[in-house]
Amino acid sequence: MINKIATSVADALAETPDGATVLIGGFGTAGIPNELIDGLIAQGARDLTVVNNNAGNGDSGLAALLQTGRVRKIICSFPRQADSHVFDALYRSGKIELELVPQGNLAERLRAAGAGIGAFFTPTGYGTELARHADGSAKETRVIDGRPHVLEYPIRGDLALIKAERGDRWGNLTYRMAARNFGPVMATAALRTVASVHEISELGTMDPEAIVTPGIFVHRIVRIDRQATQAGGFKAA
Amino acid sequence: MRTNFKRRTKDELARRVAQDIFDGAIVNLGIGMPTLVANHIPTGREVVLQSENGILGMGPAPAAGEEDYDLINAGKQPVTLLAGAAFFHHADSFAMMRGGHIDICVLGAFQVSTQGDLANWSTGEPGAIPAVGGAMDLATGARQTWVMMDLLTKQGASKIVERCSYPLTGIACVKRVYTDVATFECSAQGLRLIDCVEGIEMTALQAMLGVPFAADPENGPAQGKPR
Repeated sequence: MINKIATSVADALAETPDGATVLIGGFGTAGIPNELIDGLIAQGARDLTVVNNNAGNGDSGLAALLQTGRVRKIICSFPRQADSHVFDALYRSGKIELELVPQGNLAERLRAAGAGIGAFFTPTGYGTELARHADGSAKETRVIDGRPHVLEYPIRGDLALIKAERGDRWGNLTYRMAARNFGPVMATAALRTVASVHEISELGTMDPEAIVTPGIFVHRIVRIDRQATQAGGFKAA
Repeated sequence: MRTNFKRRTKDELARRVAQDIFDGAIVNLGIGMPTLVANHIPTGREVVLQSENGILGMGPAPAAGEEDYDLINAGKQPVTLLAGAAFFHHADSFAMMRGGHIDICVLGAFQVSTQGDLANWSTGEPGAIPAVGGAMDLATGARQTWVMMDLLTKQGASKIVERCSYPLTGIACVKRVYTDVATFECSAQGLRLIDCVEGIEMTALQAMLGVPFAADPENGPAQGKPR
């Protein structure tokens, strides 16, 4: 029998190795798997590379993970926010490496990883500072149909932590509104995907026409009480 | 030199941009001043707003107390949905931009060159923490990229320049620049004036810009009026 439902967050994250690349979903207040991030902090893996659109805000969630000093590098598109003080301090003191990536390249590099694509050419970023490697050397370029493109490589995760709305024991997922954001694409790009859900459905009761992430991309799901969710900002029912 | 002209207010500028958005357009409005454009879409035009975090058919801000923080825009502010709205994931969202499916994006800018190079993500200051978001994808991928900005910096320097000194967002990607004083078109041939506020003389506008521009050779600039 297939049963991807984990008994606890700790159970779902137990196998996370040091040095892992961790894809973390979420954009703004929507879709951040805060309970899974807290679980990763408790699990204790270090020397991590984290991939997220942002670089944490306030003092909880991703910011708390960064604060532990266990994140070596962050790959993101928009680290600077009004309250990204944890990242800002680490970055300014040279304690964290930043790979800044245009948001569409971030999404497409994840998609490429999930789809088995070796690399891709894109016009995004051509002629800019972001068409350079960390060492300052230029990324490979090619003119295709008269338009210059930059070669970009996939971002593969060892682990993806995503927040969904509903799931079943096969790992099928649906999301809620704009909380979907990076979840579906990150789920495809990691060796192991752990999703938090607010509701677990009996197998066969989720509408196959409406499933957003098929269970093939999901390895563990953990149910988290909606009341306990910090990120969703749900109105009182 | 006459200087008795009145600059467009932010809302007047937003209205000017909105007048050029055609019925049926799919539009992405950048964070900041461009979001004001949504308030000025002329009656009778159906325009679909895309939000890069995964919404097509985005509506205005909700009433106080009605916010749902799973329903936010790219600026992370609560929004609502219009009838016909759809959600999608990030790779699809950026496929819309990068695949040329967005008709118009409206972005803010630090500088635009006469040929349409855009600098709007970094001032390149040492020690500044860089952040780019979707700016490069939008600028390069949308079918038309429009810039909406004040013509001059706070120090009085023109933000339309021969060559951008700030780090580039994209090369030759801006088609139009809407400013508080005038509207221009950028192309490989350089800058062309589309319109300007009433009361400004060409010599004064020329002095403000400091870069050459062509005025409409047949009609002259349509002063005070949108094209």
